[in-house]
Amino acid sequence: MLNVHRDICGYCGCCVSVCPEGALELIDAYLRVEENCTSCGVCAKVCPLGALELVDEKPL
Amino acid sequence: MKSHYNLLIVGGGPAGAIAARTAAEKGLSSCIVEKRSAIGAPVRCAEGIGREALTEFVKPDERWISAEMKGAAIVAPDGTMMKLESALAGNKVGYILDRKVFDRELVWQAAEAGSDVAVKTRAAAPVMEDGVVRGAILEYCGKVSRVTADVVIAADGVESKFARWCGIDTTVPVREIMSGVQYVLTDIDIDPHSTIFYLGNEVAPEGYLWIFPKGGRSANVGIGISGKKSGSGHRAKDYLDRFIQKTFPKGKPIEFIVGGVSVCRPLECTVADGLVITGDAARVVDPLTGGGIYNAMFTGRLAAQVAADCIAQGDMSKKALMKYDKEWRGSKMGKTIERNWHIKEYVVKLSDEKLNAIIHSAANLNLSEFSTFTLIKELMKVNPKLVIELGALAASLR
Repeated sequence: MLNVHRDICGYCGCCVSVCPEGALELIDAYLRVEENCTSCGVCAKVCPLGALELVDEKPL
Repeated sequence: MKSHYNLLIVGGGPAGAIAARTAAEKGLSSCIVEKRSAIGAPVRCAEGIGREALTEFVKPDERWISAEMKGAAIVAPDGTMMKLESALAGNKVGYILDRKVFDRELVWQAAEAGSDVAVKTRAAAPVMEDGVVRGAILEYCGKVSRVTADVVIAADGVESKFARWCGIDTTVPVREIMSGVQYVLTDIDIDPHSTIFYLGNEVAPEGYLWIFPKGGRSANVGIGISGKKSGSGHRAKDYLDRFIQKTFPKGKPIEFIVGGVSVCRPLECTVADGLVITGDAARVVDPLTGGGIYNAMFTGRLAAQVAADCIAQGDMSKKALMKYDKEWRGSKMGKTIERNWHIKEYVVKLSDEKLNAIIHSAANLNLSEFSTFTLIKELMKVNPKLVIELGALAASLR
């Protein structure tokens, strides 16, 4: 699943523009990940800051 | 806020503001909804614009002009600098804006002309009836309202969602998103009237790094790299920090800016029934320069003009609104986007050696007109081989 490091995220929307599923939305200073995220990792690749990370298991 | 407008405009950047101003001047009711709590912030821009491009829409005002540009320079991968000067010495060729104030000025002008404005108000979904866009569901501090409109203008920027919710694929290809970071650096030694562009695969792979003076000893120092070249340990921020460490070790950052800029071709179609898509949301950024302010204002104005005509005739169908799509594609702006997309596709494939050779060929260029178009034409004159490499495109550049 996709983990958003909210302390790193700059809320720029770069990731939103490349998401093929339309699963990301930037709501002011909050990046929302929708359930249709397929964990393809495109967003994590393009993030200028490295705020997005694909993780195997759900965080506790 | 009313429950119905002629035009509902999603996004309060330059595209939305000019659309609202144009609509209000034509006597239409309009409302700008901006999801952020302040117009103009946060900045997502290097803030450069050409003089003529700016004055087509608004009279330059020192309140929102950070610096006047008289020239530019391009630095090759090996460090060789090519200076670009205007044929008219001392001529102002462009400006670096203060977008926080500039965007407010444009929205203020729209409001002054009669448009409504709402901030911290998010268009959360379109109102659709039989596949036709009829308005939007708005959220403001927990309050949800339904606002209908004759036409909705999507001006919601690079992170655009509105058009996608209406069924239009707005996905930017990974290789064609510029992943960007910028500092406003102060206390640095720079020429306060010249922009500098650094090229090369070590500096900014498939993009460029820029220094855009912001007045005195300050500048926007930023970078955009292809999403394809971005990844853990080699992101836009890594490249920029390395450059700043080397070039401006004593510079002090007073602002940190992040952003994405699309350099793909525009959306295949920028209208739908009851909907017009403008600016970055329509992916009409200049693919070579990454500049989007003018194109946003141009499409914003045209969107309102065409929507006004369609409303007057009572036909807001996709077919009627197609006039907007056809007009911007046929305009100088539309043709420049198409041409510059081809040039960009060529430039991103150049090796550092080739870039060095092209830049070495002309240490100084005196341009009759300050544009990438004239720059490429001049470079072709001193590099005859480019004419062959650019193929059919070269013919259209002559």
